[in-house]
Order: sequence, then structure tokens, then C-alpha cells
Amino acid sequence: MTRLTVPKTYKLYIGGAFPRSESGRSYEVVSPSGAFLANAALASRKDARDAVVAARAAVGRWSAATGYNRGQVLYRIAELLDGRRAQFVDELSRSEGISTAAAGAQVDAAVDVWVWYAGWADKYVQVAGNANAVSGPYFNISVPEPTGVVAIVAPQDAGGLLGLVSVVAPALVAGNTVVVVANERAPLSAITLAEVLATSDVPGGVVNVLTGSPAELAPWLASHADVNALDLAGAERLEWVDLQIAAAETLMRVLPPVTGIPGPSLERILAFTETKTVWHTKSLL
Amino acid sequence: MTAPDRFLDYAPAPESTSILHLRDSYGLFIDGEFTEGHGTPFATISPATEKHIAQVANANAHDVDLAVAAARRAYERSWSRMSGADRGKYLFRIARLVQERARELAVAESLDNGKPIKESRDVDVPLVAAWFFYYAGWADKLDYAGLGANPRALGVAAQVIPWNFPLLMLAWKIAPALAAGNTVVIKPAETTPLSALIFAEILQQAELPAGVVNIVTGAGDTGAALVNHTDVDKVAFTGSTAVGRAIARSTAGTGKKLTLELGGKAANIVFDDAPLDQAIEGIVNGIFFNQGHVCCAGSRLLVQENIHDEVVDRLKARLSTLRLGDPLDKNTDIGAINSREQLERIRRLSDVGEAEGAERWTAPCAIPEAGFWFAPTIFTGVTTSSTIAREEIFGPVLSVLTFRTPAEAIAKANNTPYGLSAGIWSDKGSRILAVADSLRAGVIWANTFNRFDPASPFGGYKESGYGREGGRHGLAAYLASAPLEPARVAAPTARKQLKK
Repeated sequence: MTRLTVPKTYKLYIGGAFPRSESGRSYEVVSPSGAFLANAALASRKDARDAVVAARAAVGRWSAATGYNRGQVLYRIAELLDGRRAQFVDELSRSEGISTAAAGAQVDAAVDVWVWYAGWADKYVQVAGNANAVSGPYFNISVPEPTGVVAIVAPQDAGGLLGLVSVVAPALVAGNTVVVVANERAPLSAITLAEVLATSDVPGGVVNVLTGSPAELAPWLASHADVNALDLAGAERLEWVDLQIAAAETLMRVLPPVTGIPGPSLERILAFTETKTVWHTKSLL
Repeated sequence: MTAPDRFLDYAPAPESTSILHLRDSYGLFIDGEFTEGHGTPFATISPATEKHIAQVANANAHDVDLAVAAARRAYERSWSRMSGADRGKYLFRIARLVQERARELAVAESLDNGKPIKESRDVDVPLVAAWFFYYAGWADKLDYAGLGANPRALGVAAQVIPWNFPLLMLAWKIAPALAAGNTVVIKPAETTPLSALIFAEILQQAELPAGVVNIVTGAGDTGAALVNHTDVDKVAFTGSTAVGRAIARSTAGTGKKLTLELGGKAANIVFDDAPLDQAIEGIVNGIFFNQGHVCCAGSRLLVQENIHDEVVDRLKARLSTLRLGDPLDKNTDIGAINSREQLERIRRLSDVGEAEGAERWTAPCAIPEAGFWFAPTIFTGVTTSSTIAREEIFGPVLSVLTFRTPAEAIAKANNTPYGLSAGIWSDKGSRILAVADSLRAGVIWANTFNRFDPASPFGGYKESGYGREGGRHGLAAYLASAPLEPARVAAPTARKQLKK
């Protein structure tokens, strides 16, 4: 007699907890062949706003952590993701209809993306900042700092896990916190990744994962006055120009859509930073 | 008259305007030549006397078309094909010509803008030369700008600049754009076109290839036609947050690279251990420099509660010695407000401050009969919710608030949608560094204020805009990285296990 399985309820990830949508809504997630996989939470405007509140509350602690500390936490995510490889391979192959080899390659790539970005956390300041030789008796230095709360539309094509990781990881490096709308059709690995995040010493609220409709959620995030930056990576098929126009209201920093999954780059880290220049007088001896 | 007043009497020492060779009317500068505009010409006046200076051409959409087309031709036929070394040489030439004609430029600037000659002579124009000299050296070193090897120019840059530092803002825009290999169409502010048109003569003397820099004068509709032109690749704007927001909306989805340097409401934080002699001078410089027409002005004084009365008393004493009047007089500290419109805004917001319950103090000084003037003003008893603590006044008006602890100072300083600059005054280095870390502002001056340098990046957080001007960072606004090899994050074919 085969054992009856205990399937998981896929919920949202907000402020370090796993709530259902406050709206009580869910939507059916199916495999490419049409098989029922799960009822994922269909996040609402209120969920998006709750996620922004949680992300804002987490900015202080995460951005004040040392680069060394943030680097270790990001590396810890890679460790735990690697440890759960079999679970992700199983889930990805079922939900994305890909071979276990392809699913394994996707998990490995996602692990390596975390490792790559983890190493930047205590280095990007040196690469992007510098001392300035000004004409006068002043100490003058420019350093990059996190922008604050970053709202992200994750890539919506195949590769739900790698797509999500490729946009969330760079935003975290500098100390930003994130509200990410997962791949609409393949959201399960995003929530399972949230379980990894919840056990990786990532403080609650640093990453908030919404599942549901990007078309419904993105306008609320783009027009939210407490969001500092908007990454439209996966918004190619949305009315993304309208999102950019909405974001202009608060001079939000906006990254345009990309085709496919963005490769690892320092530029994606720096896109969510601000340059602060500090002058201090030197006394005349 | 009391004795100290007599002591501070000076004989007038006006700078002569005979150095200027002004024309009766100025055209647009397109494709290396002055041409008539198709809009209705307008007059530029001296805000200190309201006297007519010259007629200035008004560019309409057709003129903007011509200017953008000239810039595109110059980009494709000469500027993008020229070596970085040669581009740099042109910029060095311009820097030298600015130095050679520094006095003339300073007089023109003070005449047209109303700022004191000691500022245009000692700050604006020297910085203009320094800006061109600094970026000249970058033109053949772009591989070292931190954007990877072979970064490329964007193409035609549309630039719109404000009236508070007319020639300096022109330099901030043109120097990095040209160094990076772009060509330019720039629109000076409607009330201050004069120095830009003299600068056009400098470009002719430098024999800069035609069309590399085009100057179109006019008002807001000229600027809108320029930034919305379909053949520009880059938009750079300095001015109000309201206009910046409109530009961000209108360029959305166009692929134009956008940098915005917008408004501010900077906190100038004075701790009780501050070197007070220097702090008083710094507070005065922070808000009364250039009549407070400074986006990064220290318009909110946050003073530790236990030294509030002493600081305010000393500020009042110091402000009582400032000399307001003829911008061309070398003794003048406070010049004219740039326009009647701006004067009305300052008056209106000051009246609101008073109506909301803040206590108003105005420096005792005689106001000339003609022209636009506003005496240095301090408001005490201001709260964080007061209009004059939230809205940018852009005039010689200081709002004084108090705090007790560093945490309160930081919270109040950051309690604004703006984030351009901030000041910290304290003798304790560790506290300065910790407070500087916590302030959400792009430029922080510690035990100084309103310092500018071409090597030092300048620009805001939050609604003060995005992008940086100055320094290596300033080049990024005008360059695109060469297509990057994606960083190799290998998805290994065979997984190697750690041997245990």
C-alpha cells in the first residue's frame, strides 16, 4: 500500500511569516501538461502594501549590517539551497515540465548566483566608491549606499527559480530590502525558496515574496511612495511604460524590462545604490 | 548711527561693466553660428535694476529640430570619430578661454543673474574653468571610468539648466557630455541666457566643430520641445522637482538616459560641541550664499536645544553686518533675487511661515527701490510640519528647528521627501561619521557647507533626483557600458562534492 502524501500549502512570504493572502484568494497552478499542482495565494493590493511595510521596517537592520555579515548571510542561502537540491529539482521538473537534469542545472546555477553575489557584499563599495582629490583642504569621499526598498517583477518565462534569484540577490547585496512578485505561472519554487530564506539568517522582511498576477500587483508597487526603486525585469509583457510613468511620481529609480534572465553583473548591484559624498574640513597645521 | 555701523561703512566699489561688449540682440547658437529664432524674442533684464540688457531669440519647436539635427550631424560626422585626446584638447582650450575671459563672464553673470560679483568672480567662473579642465583630462581615459573597457557615448544630449548658477550649470552639463563623446543641445534658463551666449563666442574662439554644442534660448515650452525630441539619446535636467517629475514621465519608455538634479530642503545640523565661530559662518554661507538660490542650501537649521539661543543671537548679529545691494559692488554680500516671480514665491512662503506661527526676524538693511530684493530672514519656532520646513523656498530664508539627541537630529533631517545635501557641525569626529552614515542625502558637508569641486560627485537621494554630476561618477551619466560579457557563473556539468 502506497503512502498518502502530505502536500504543502503554498502561501505568501511577508515579514518573515507565511500568511495566506488577506483577500482569501488563491489560483490554480498547473504543470505545462495541465496537471494540478497547487493552489497558490493570489496576492492582493493589501498584501503588496503589507509587504512594503515589512520591507521598509527591515531596511535599518539589513543596511546597517556589515558587508561581511551580509555576505555570509547570502552565502548561507546558497548553502541551504544546495542542501535542498533534491526538493527543488523535484518541484521544478514537475512545475516547469523539464527534465531532472535541466532542473538540476537550474538549481546549481541559482546556487552559484547566490555565491557570486555573496562575495560582492564587502567589495562593491571599494569598486564603486573613491576618494576625490578636491582643490582645497578637505577630506572628500564618495561611497555607494543602498537605495532602500526595491520592488521587483521577477522574470516570467521559464526558469522560475533562477529568474527570481537573479533579480533578488543583486538587490540584497548593498543592503536593500525587496518585495518581489514571483513568476506567475511557476510560483512554487519562489515560495519554497522563501523557506530557505526563512532559515538562512535573512532577517524577516528583507525579502518578501508575493505570488499572483504581476499585472495586478505591479501598479500598486510602482505607485507606492515608500518604494525607492522598481526593477521591471519581468515586466516585458506588462504595460511597463505606464508603470514607469507611475514611478515618476516619486522619482523612483527604475530598471527597464529584460528579455530572459539577467546574467550576474555588478551593474545590477549598483542600480540600487545611491552615491553619498562626504566632505570634511582638514585643519591647517 | 551707532559706532559699529560707521565702522562697517564702505565706499561703493562697483565693478565696471565696460569690459562687456554686449550686443543689442542675441540669436540662437546652432551649428556653430548665431541664427534668428522662429519664436517671439524676449528681453533679459538686470534683476537689480529691472533695466533692459538685451533682446534674446526664442527657440520654437522648429529651431529645436534644427539644433538637434545639427548635434546629430556633428555627432556622426566629427565628434564621435575624433580621438579622445583631441576632444580633450578642445575642452582644455575652452577651460583656458574661460579663464582668459573670466572677468567679463563674471560681470555678465552678476548683471544678468543678480548674484554678488564676489561670488561670480570667486566661485562660479573659476569653477566653470575647473570643470572643463577636469573633464578635458577624462576624454582620453574613459576606459578607466569604471564602466568597463570601451564605454561608448550615448549620442545627442538634451540639457536644460536653471537660473541660479547659469554658467556653472552649463559647465556641469557640457563638460562631461563632451568628454564622453556626446554632442549637446542646451537650453539656458529664460531669465539668465546672457553668459551662455558669451560662452558661445568662446566656443567659436576655441574652433569647436560646428554643431557639437548648440544653445537654444527660450522658456519652458522650448525646454519641453528639447527633452521630448525623438532624436535625443540623453536628457539631463537641473531644476524643480515638479518639472523633473514631468520629464521622468515624458521620457518613460523612450530609452533616453535620464539624470535629474532637483530640489532640496537640506538640514544643517549643529551639535553643542560645534566650533561655533566656523558654524555661524557656515550657516550663513549655507543659506545666504547666492541669495539662497541654491538647491543644496542649508535651509533647515537643526540646532541642539541647549545652544539654540546663543546660535540664533550670533546669527542675527552676523546677518546684521551683511551688505545687501548692487551685485556689481565688490563689497556686496547679498545680491538681487533673480526674478519678480521668484521674489513673490519667497514672500508668499515667508508669509505662510508667519501665519503658521513661526517667529520672523529680518536683517535690518536698506532695500533698493528698483529691482527685486529680499532681506536675509530667519524663522525660529519652526516645527517639522511647518510649510517653511517642508517646501523649498529657494531664497534667503532660514528655518530654525531644535533637537536634543543625535537620533532626533537624524530623524528630523531625514523627514523630507528630498535628499540632496546636509551639513553636520561638531568637534567629535566619530559622531560626524555616524551621523553622516545615517543621513539620506547625496552630499554631506561636515564642518563646512556649500563646497563644490569638479572632482566631487554631486546629486540627490529620493525626490532630489538621480544620477551624479562631477567626478568619475559624473561620466556615467553620459556613457553606456560596452556590452558586457556576462560574469561567468558556471552551471557545472558535473557536481563536485566536498570530500569529507
